Amino acid sequence: MNKELSRQERADALGGMGCKRKRVEDARFTQGKGNYVDDIKLPGMLFGDFVRSPYAHARIKSINTDAAMALDGVVAVLTAADLAPLGLHWMPTLAGDKQMVLADGKVLFQGQEVAYVVAKDRYIAADAVELVEVEYEELEVIIDPFASLKSDVVLREDLVAEDGSLPDGAHGPRKHHNHIFTWEVGDKETTEQVIGEAEVVAEDMFYYHRTHPCPLETCGCVASMDKVNGKLTLYGTFQAPHAIRTVVSLISGIEEHNIRVISPDIGGGFGNKVGAYPGYVCSVVASIVTGVPVKWVEDRMENLMTTAFARDYWMKGKIAATKEGKITGLWCHTTADHGGFDACADPTKFPAGFMNICTGSYDIPVAYLAVDGVYTNKAPGGVSYRCSFRVTEAVYFIERMIEVLAIELNMDPAELRRINFIKKEQFPYQSALGWEYDSGDYHTAWDKALEAVDYKGLRAEQAQRVEDFKAGKTRSLMGIGLTFFTEIVGAGPVKNCDILGLGMFDSCEIRIHPTGSAIARLGTISQGQGHATTFAQILATEIGLPADSITIEEGDTDTAPYGLGTYGSRSTPVAGAATAMAGRKIRAKAQMIAAYLLEVHDDDVEFDVDRFVVKGAPEKFKTMKEIAFAAYNQAIPGIEPGLEAVSYYDPPNMTYPFGAYVCVMDIDVDTGVTDIRRFYALDDCGTRINPMIIEGQIHGGLTEALAVALGQEIAYDDMGNVKTGTLMDFFLPTAWEVPNYETDHTVTPSPHHPIGAKGVGESPHVGGVPCFSNAVNDAFKAFGLRHTHMPHDHWRIWQTANKLGLHG
Amino acid sequence: MIPAAFEYHRPKDMAGVLAVLVEHGDEARVLAGGHSLIPMMKLRMADVPHLIDLQDVDGLSGITVDGGRIRIGAMTTQSDIIGHAALAEAAPIMREASLQIADPQVRYMGTVGGNVANGDPGNDMPGLMQCLDATFILVGPDGEREVQARDFYEAAYMTDREDDEVLVAVAFDAPSGGYAYEKQKRKIGDYATAAAAVLLVKDGDTCSSASIAMTNLSDTPVWSEAAGDALVGTSVDAAAIDAAVAAMLGDIDPTQDNRGPIEFKRHAAAMILRRAIARAWDRA
Ligand SMILES: Cc1cc2nc3c(=O)[nH]c(=O)nc-3n(C[C@H](O)[C@H](O)[C@H](O)COP(=O)(O)OP(=O)(O)OC[C@H]3O[C@@H](n4cnc5c(N)ncnc54)[C@H](O)[C@@H]3O)c2cc1C
Repeated sequence: MNKELSRQERADALGGMGCKRKRVEDARFTQGKGNYVDDIKLPGMLFGDFVRSPYAHARIKSINTDAAMALDGVVAVLTAADLAPLGLHWMPTLAGDKQMVLADGKVLFQGQEVAYVVAKDRYIAADAVELVEVEYEELEVIIDPFASLKSDVVLREDLVAEDGSLPDGAHGPRKHHNHIFTWEVGDKETTEQVIGEAEVVAEDMFYYHRTHPCPLETCGCVASMDKVNGKLTLYGTFQAPHAIRTVVSLISGIEEHNIRVISPDIGGGFGNKVGAYPGYVCSVVASIVTGVPVKWVEDRMENLMTTAFARDYWMKGKIAATKEGKITGLWCHTTADHGGFDACADPTKFPAGFMNICTGSYDIPVAYLAVDGVYTNKAPGGVSYRCSFRVTEAVYFIERMIEVLAIELNMDPAELRRINFIKKEQFPYQSALGWEYDSGDYHTAWDKALEAVDYKGLRAEQAQRVEDFKAGKTRSLMGIGLTFFTEIVGAGPVKNCDILGLGMFDSCEIRIHPTGSAIARLGTISQGQGHATTFAQILATEIGLPADSITIEEGDTDTAPYGLGTYGSRSTPVAGAATAMAGRKIRAKAQMIAAYLLEVHDDDVEFDVDRFVVKGAPEKFKTMKEIAFAAYNQAIPGIEPGLEAVSYYDPPNMTYPFGAYVCVMDIDVDTGVTDIRRFYALDDCGTRINPMIIEGQIHGGLTEALAVALGQEIAYDDMGNVKTGTLMDFFLPTAWEVPNYETDHTVTPSPHHPIGAKGVGESPHVGGVPCFSNAVNDAFKAFGLRHTHMPHDHWRIWQTANKLGLHG
Repeated sequence: MIPAAFEYHRPKDMAGVLAVLVEHGDEARVLAGGHSLIPMMKLRMADVPHLIDLQDVDGLSGITVDGGRIRIGAMTTQSDIIGHAALAEAAPIMREASLQIADPQVRYMGTVGGNVANGDPGNDMPGLMQCLDATFILVGPDGEREVQARDFYEAAYMTDREDDEVLVAVAFDAPSGGYAYEKQKRKIGDYATAAAAVLLVKDGDTCSSASIAMTNLSDTPVWSEAAGDALVGTSVDAAAIDAAVAAMLGDIDPTQDNRGPIEFKRHAAAMILRRAIARAWDRA
């Protein structure tokens, strides 16, 4: 007999919630044994490649494909004219707009898809692309959204009626032919009145520049139409495979049961792989036409230039406060540059995502937000790059606004935050812009963070540095970046969250095998987040089987239950909840089986880590393993054989992770070079499932935040040419640029989530961007700076210093 | 990012290389480490129907330090330079500069020959070679000839090298005195926003010789004779450094790009040069 294990030992053996379980995915990833889209090779497979527009705005006068077709190995060249009879030359976007699949008469951004070449291999396809002759007539290019709203140039003729009037868009009336929507939340009148009468008002414009998620793996797919059985299999880099299946069905007319969408391993998504791209549609059409599989994989430049960008928000803000610093109202008007088509990935009722979380972590009695979406000659997109829908924009806005208010009040920004925080006892808290924050303890987190970094000491050191600088003893300034963020993640309740009409619930289906191991399938899809590790941990704790005995499977729509995929930190809040709930159904049945086996009433047994025990007699028990075997192999009166469960979880609310970050930065005033001396990140994501994965997510998110704040951008010249189309110019930090991160935490569980977890993958990005940016701004505060726009690369920092007269 | 089709040649000796070059003229190009040429081909900015890999050609790599003379074979990689003890001793600026080129992976492949023959104003070696007053040794159908690095660069990607010539080595006298290679870049693996190569010889308290070259601040490397002259005969005091910087600024002609506007680049160039002079003088 084994010696009796203690309760704790039994719990430890499960590898359940709270332990630093090693990632089960890493064995294959670290050995180069992952299976990505480009690893999929099917017999007879053809390759697709795009002819793309060199111009940002042009009419297409003619397309001649003869020379390309004549090239040996070219199978087809598709243009809009070929897709039009199928009604597939345009496709719906996630934002209720439509987008050209292949240029239909004109192009609206550089790199837009004009023709799709299908050839025997990708080399021939690339040569054929060069041979397609396209005659363009250049049109006036509009890059600036403010200019766009005043311009006579009509970017989208398809959205203007014959009589010149403007039909409503997907989100209501349009004010100008280049205007997409106006979205308003909050109480405009009262807010403006409060601001008008306030003792102190701070006002500024914050530009959150256009950037790109830039996952290591670009977007791609393999479409395979089996004409014998009528089934289409579509492998692709999809963050939401079920949604893709439904959309493909709706636009192609193929019945959903005949479409199988598979997301294999995905090399990072960060929002870039949420939407549907012309490459997917063209590959599907090409496979239907040719009857053989067709692969399409973007190269890096195509990924940066054409698939979904992020941000590009001009946020004008006003904040009102008493002389003592108590905030009395917040006003924001945002001009959102959406590019040539509105392809934002937001829940339908939220055209600017959850930008209305922009009251932040503060108890602000009244607020108003308006967002105007605008067309320009830039690539479409507007995805949530490592954040929930537009939450990074909102947090950047409020955290810059607070800093500017602190300047206006001549008050310490840490103290200003503290006196305005929503108090612990105010939760659940109704925000002025309509959200119900589930839980929080901001003061505790803030105090812990400030103490950890010796905030007072840092300020003293900074004051000394300013003195020394003024005395000519140093040319380096010191910035202290503060941020306290509240996110809103886990979209979301079906009552107000859907994408293209698809409710944003998620799901988990569990099968326990007779010998006590299990497989669980979810509607989400990991892109590197480690779902196979963490979801097994949730289940291990819920059903008492070892995590190592539980396989987690995602991404195959033929086997996984329907779900809306992974983005916006929704996997743990929604699918994680479904997992726990499905686990509880398993446990409920297991309880009945245990009671039968132990010959007691159902209510007389209770769950104990990995078994059911007779209440008051713990020596009488049945382990979950024994119960699993009995479930299949023993006739139990009144109970069906088998041990399976499925749960579809419609969350009652979002979750609201929060955190307190501090960045200490030294800046070389002469070269604009920054040096991050210290970065402290305290995160509260509620219940912590796997602290090691949390830490990994925080490191990754902070690094992407550093990238965005300090240099990463998609920049255009006046002609609409993308200036940052390769990794030489598009900043992806390496180990060299990344500082040492100190992580810390508090734990405030979500009251409405079955296990109290809130989601963490995006917090560090959302909190990190303003923190880095605040550090740069703070460094120059003593010399009169109120605000300078990101990205804070060398030349822009130099320019800031120069404008302040710091170069003598 | 797929290059146009090309013919791949891999001759065993220089005669074989030259034969292909002569036969195909400007349709042919040699391939060294490929870390400038292959990206250009993938972007289809360079069309090379005949690619001649130098990898198997004997005698093109290796470093010799012979008396005061240093010779580096064209196919010597940047990584070889960093690891070569005798070179680091004789010309430590070579190691200091090489460590600031690209990243370790690129340096395993990138060669001295490719770096100096490429003619990209962003490359670090050309300015360094001008600072060292190096000699480039070229071989063509008519035999060998030498050209000074200071005379080699004509414009971006335009050099004194004929299409049918191959650069076989660079050679220079081991520098004496203090040295510094200072480079500002946006991130690891980036070309210079501004870079300065400085060699200073100190005689008592006076600077007896100075050589200064700047990188990525014009369409060619800039050896600023005037900047060097401004230091010679001085104690490299503030006024002399100001004069050297002013002279250098007169010789460069940066353009605006993603690294910043012209004013910034001029400012960065000045800062980088000041720092390089200070470090070189300190070491002199
Ligand atoms: C990410 C990245 C970052 C980089 N950063 C830097 C940097 O910071 N600083 C820097 O200096 N360089 C940088 N480089 C360039 C790198 O150092 C290259 O390796 C170098 O410029 C060219 O050397 P190569 O051996 O690769 O030449 P190749 O790419 O093979 O050739 C370059 C050109 O030179 C010609 N050529 C090569 N050898 C000879 C020869 N013997 N005779 C005649 N012609 C010849 C070729 O025909 C071609 O036109 C970077 C490259 C990359 C990819």
